[in-house]
Amino acid sequence: MDWMTDYYSVAPLLSKVHETLRTAMGEKATLALEGVALVIGLILVYAVLAIVLIYMERRVCAAFQCRIGPNRVGGKGGLLQVPADVVKILTKEIIRLNRADHLLYELAPFFVIAGSFISFACLPWHKGAPLLDYEVGIMLVLAASGLGVLGILMAGWSSNSKYAVIGAMRSGAMMISYELSMGIVVIAVVALSGTMSISGIVESQEHLWNLFRGHILTVIAFFIYLISGNAEANRGPFDLAEAEQELTAGYHTEYSGMHFGFFYLAEYLNLFITAGISTTLFLGGWMPLHIPGLESLNMVLDAIPGVIWFVGKTFAVVFLLMWIRWSFPRLRIDQVQTLEWKYLMPLSLVLMMATVVCKVYGWVF
Amino acid sequence: MDITFQQVVFFVVSLLMVAGAVAAVTARRILRAVTALLVVLFGTAAFYFMLGYTFLGTVQITVYAGGIVILYVFSILLTRSELSVRARLSKSKLVAVLVTSLTGLALVLWLLFTAGFSMTALPEGYELSPQLIGEALVGPGKYQFVLPFEVISVLLLACIIGAVMIARKR
Repeated sequence: MDWMTDYYSVAPLLSKVHETLRTAMGEKATLALEGVALVIGLILVYAVLAIVLIYMERRVCAAFQCRIGPNRVGGKGGLLQVPADVVKILTKEIIRLNRADHLLYELAPFFVIAGSFISFACLPWHKGAPLLDYEVGIMLVLAASGLGVLGILMAGWSSNSKYAVIGAMRSGAMMISYELSMGIVVIAVVALSGTMSISGIVESQEHLWNLFRGHILTVIAFFIYLISGNAEANRGPFDLAEAEQELTAGYHTEYSGMHFGFFYLAEYLNLFITAGISTTLFLGGWMPLHIPGLESLNMVLDAIPGVIWFVGKTFAVVFLLMWIRWSFPRLRIDQVQTLEWKYLMPLSLVLMMATVVCKVYGWVF
Repeated sequence: MDITFQQVVFFVVSLLMVAGAVAAVTARRILRAVTALLVVLFGTAAFYFMLGYTFLGTVQITVYAGGIVILYVFSILLTRSELSVRARLSKSKLVAVLVTSLTGLALVLWLLFTAGFSMTALPEGYELSPQLIGEALVGPGKYQFVLPFEVISVLLLACIIGAVMIARKR
């Protein structure tokens, strides 16, 4: 029966392509070509996803504020609004600041982009198609977010502007704090799945998604992950770094043109990565919904390809995060830190211990 | 001449690391020095990844990029540091620095050439599993390190308590 449940796996196809290329061009050229093709493909998906997410954000925001949203450019839905904005931002001048540290100023956006790109490459899109799949996969995702914090701090410092420095300090302090509860919740999921590799975590949810495996515990863990992920991505209600009324635009106040565009891109992709990783950890990644005991239903759900499951679930979580952003007012910095250090962190510690105890005694599904 | 990809990557990363190390010492602006230091630390992580020790590579990124370097940057941002440092070295200091670095270099080279590293301990392309590392860390048997692990935990706990005591307003 293995071939029946495995017909969407792209691994055989990929290895066939690899073999064909290898016999045609030799080992080294094949590896080089595949590497370049993979990176270009990833960058394309990255950019297109950003456009889709920005359009979605505008429509969702408009819906929550009882407005219409973009509806002029490109027909009825305003579909060409965001591509037009992209073209516009590409033509903008990159302003050279006086008395700024130019090297770091120009390096900072690339740090932010690189951090989100590493995490992006770890997402499990489809069965048999892991891009960056190490044994320590989920740890690498957490480690890469440190790069983003560093880029933000650098951007704030090198702009030589007090608004930028205050904004950078605020987001830096916030992101470091929320990494804690995020990491602890991830440990709970790793204990439940018994592995740190992304593909392993997905495989372990073959019978039931992690969200339903640990009674109420994993549901709480899911929400903690969403909250801290929202803070990691610097999005509302945690967008106090760019509180317009106080700090103009926070750490990217002084940036213009495509440099600003990089920060904007990274923010939206971080939203997608947060949603994608929480899908992987709690909603099974590309794994279709399986309910133990209902074999025929599982067979029907298996007919939907994994990539559709993954993108569908991720966009559902993205919608949830946008809903939160446009519903809650911005928190003050002390409220943000209180929430993390007095509530989320202790709660996630207790949660981790409880999950481990449940797992050890086999009280999970 | 048959150069593998591993070697190409190794030499590129090494060059970057050497450049970063030199820049970290010679940079005038302190935040630039930190950034150059970061390049060196990332290069080390890249080596661990190339060797298949992905766990240590990830820990290197988490601890250094996510922890120590961010701590440096924070303290630079919080203190009022001058934009650029113009320290003049006196001659006696320069001599002392040269002697120390040359001694260090000689020591490292001597260790490198006399240690007799095993080149075939792990097959190429093998990824050390985190389970193996975890069991080695908390196991009580031979080549397992539960005692150092616990001692370090106690040390870290003492550090946390000390930091709380110092930071407490009274």
